[in-house]
Amino acid sequence: MTIRTEPMTVNVGPQHPSTHGVFRLRITFDGEEILEVEPVLGYLHRGSEKLAEERNYVQIVTLTDRLDYTSPMINNQAYCLAVEKLVGIEPPLRGKYLRTLAAELQRIASHLIAVGFFVQEMGAFGTPLMYAFRSRERILDLFEMLCGARITVSYMRPGGVFADTPPDFWPALARFMEDFRAEFSELEDLLLENEILLARTRGVGPLPPNVAINCSVSGPVLRASGVNWDWRKMEPYDAYDRVEFDVPIGTNWDNYDRFWVRMQEVRQSMRIIEQCVEQIEPGPVRVPDLPLVLRAEPGAEAYGRVEASKGELAFYLVSDGGISPYRCKIRSPSLINLTVTEHLLVGWTLADMIITLGSVDINMGEVDR
Amino acid sequence: MFCGESILRDNPLFRVIYDGASYFLPCWLSYLVAGVVIMLILVNAVLLGAAAASWMERRLLGRFHNRIGPNRWGPFGTLQPIADLIKLLTKEDLIPAGADRIAFTLVPILMVSTMILMTAVIPFAKDTALADLNVGVLYFLAVSSLTAVALFMAGWSSDNRYALFGAARGVAVLISYEVPVVLSLLGVVMIAGSMSLGAIVHAQQVPFILVQPLAFFLFLAGMSAELNRTPFDVAEAESEIIGGYHTEYSGIKFALIQAAEFGGVLVVSALITTMFLGGWGGPFSEYLGWLWFLLKSILVVALFSWIRATYPRLRIDQIMGFCWKVMLPLSLINLTATTLEVFFLPENGTTMGEQWIMAGINLTLALVCVPLFGKLMREKARPGSSPAGARVVPGIPTIESS
Repeated sequence: MTIRTEPMTVNVGPQHPSTHGVFRLRITFDGEEILEVEPVLGYLHRGSEKLAEERNYVQIVTLTDRLDYTSPMINNQAYCLAVEKLVGIEPPLRGKYLRTLAAELQRIASHLIAVGFFVQEMGAFGTPLMYAFRSRERILDLFEMLCGARITVSYMRPGGVFADTPPDFWPALARFMEDFRAEFSELEDLLLENEILLARTRGVGPLPPNVAINCSVSGPVLRASGVNWDWRKMEPYDAYDRVEFDVPIGTNWDNYDRFWVRMQEVRQSMRIIEQCVEQIEPGPVRVPDLPLVLRAEPGAEAYGRVEASKGELAFYLVSDGGISPYRCKIRSPSLINLTVTEHLLVGWTLADMIITLGSVDINMGEVDR
Repeated sequence: MFCGESILRDNPLFRVIYDGASYFLPCWLSYLVAGVVIMLILVNAVLLGAAAASWMERRLLGRFHNRIGPNRWGPFGTLQPIADLIKLLTKEDLIPAGADRIAFTLVPILMVSTMILMTAVIPFAKDTALADLNVGVLYFLAVSSLTAVALFMAGWSSDNRYALFGAARGVAVLISYEVPVVLSLLGVVMIAGSMSLGAIVHAQQVPFILVQPLAFFLFLAGMSAELNRTPFDVAEAESEIIGGYHTEYSGIKFALIQAAEFGGVLVVSALITTMFLGGWGGPFSEYLGWLWFLLKSILVVALFSWIRATYPRLRIDQIMGFCWKVMLPLSLINLTATTLEVFFLPENGTTMGEQWIMAGINLTLALVCVPLFGKLMREKARPGSSPAGARVVPGIPTIESS
């Protein structure tokens, strides 16, 4: 006797515990296996690009905080680089170091969230997530010392950063780095060789390098697919040409590699921060005597990109000579990384789907802008 | 009618109430009164125990997570379960439009009543089981597998696809894990020579966790699966299927399902205490038996919380593979070894000396078998080579380095 079966369509999201915000996937299942995937975007659209056209160049910094709300510092950095190219200014050295430092702290915080939620979605009840958040809290405290805000930092400005560090920042940073080394080792001990984590992630959701390149994937996802591609190395901005670090590359292209690359990048970020602390010297933090409202040549255009925690984040600005950009295009890594959804998910099961999506680490604030 | 000739007569409390009531009541009525009184005590104790277990688990998980856990309501947050219950009671009791109302409503009742039924045979101290059935183990296993029916009813009647996923997964897991669980308990039953839980406690000259280490771990893993706890909680995998079979439940129904879950942990811990940790045995067990039983049970509940806080969840196929490829062979090995030992030892493993001998043999066996099977499973689960992509687009070269 055969039992008649039929495929079942399920809406995963926009309200689902593990869709990283309001992301929706319309999935057709055969039992637990995925036959078709259709991502549905746009639930968090706020029109950031259009809003940018109504604000002056410094005000737009506050819009960038709200793109990828897990890494506002790096968003600030990408935007400021674009404006600096457009206007033709270069921040002083201390400003560059402070930006690098803040961006790397932010990268650690963002990767901690990614790893924590990745393992949470695998079903670990909170412990790895809480271990990760414990350290992230400290980083946000440091940001609070730098600029008074924890998430919507708006710390960087075109031409540098908005203020020098308070005197108690450096001892606090040293204390944090000392504690974080131990805390991160704890997280590594819990996760890296975890038998169940290996069983769940090894060989699951491989993303071949050619597919990744065809879809313009970037960031840890691309590096986990075995492609050495890091803008901090290839086109060093701020102080990245003055610090040493390695770029971890995956070999198996799978979920475990994406997770592993992030864990290794946290280690590399710690190296960069240590070097920044050693090398930084007193001096101005922002180009002096900048006008309050910046203007660029009519018709000038600039493309500023950084290696954000999720991939290549870029701002493309076109000026018409006014006080605000004529056009501000945001190339957000999460949106582009989502284009491989179908390659990654079709043929795998529901349980794999959740963790594969977690390993890509999307952020809806950035996808929908 | 029986009028005094009953399995319940073994319980001293029942006898006291029955004798007292029969001074002025007909014997069938005093029988009823005594039964109802005892059942009320047991039901309330179990439900309060479930509340206490939920509080303890949340506090422990808080500690595991580097946080404090509930501490606002009552001393150390002990009244938190009550507050939660009141909150859930005041919530709207939603039934989805497409749901099968009768089945949907029956599920929480079925779940809680199964959980309470299971406590009937557990000896909390000497001669305190409500009914020390001579097939106690069998009764326990039979009642506990009723959960599978409740689970499937919930999944089917909710008219929700996530619930259906959860139910399908849950039933598959529950049915499969029955087999190794039963086989692992068989060794214990064989040594004790009885299925009565009281007799099993009496038979433990050495706690059976030492005599039957393999069976203990198999039972623990199997019961984790039956209770839907990590790493086997696929049936209600919150991050995947939003709570699985109880996705659509709210209000008091959800509270009852949660009570059944935490109560299940408590009851299973009590059973593990009885079967493997020597039950009420300990110094002054005549008077302090209940204390030893309570302490041991709390320890097992803490162990369950610890496991829950540590491990990620396995995938359903890995769980089934683990059941049929690891737990079943291991339980058969344990069963064979125990059979041979009981057969060849002159006193059939009933004296302390012989149980120590069995403990030595079985511990060695466990130390050999568990790593061996672990290694086999690990090689199966982790392919060494680089996996080929499923949908490779040809012709585009890889960028090697910058």
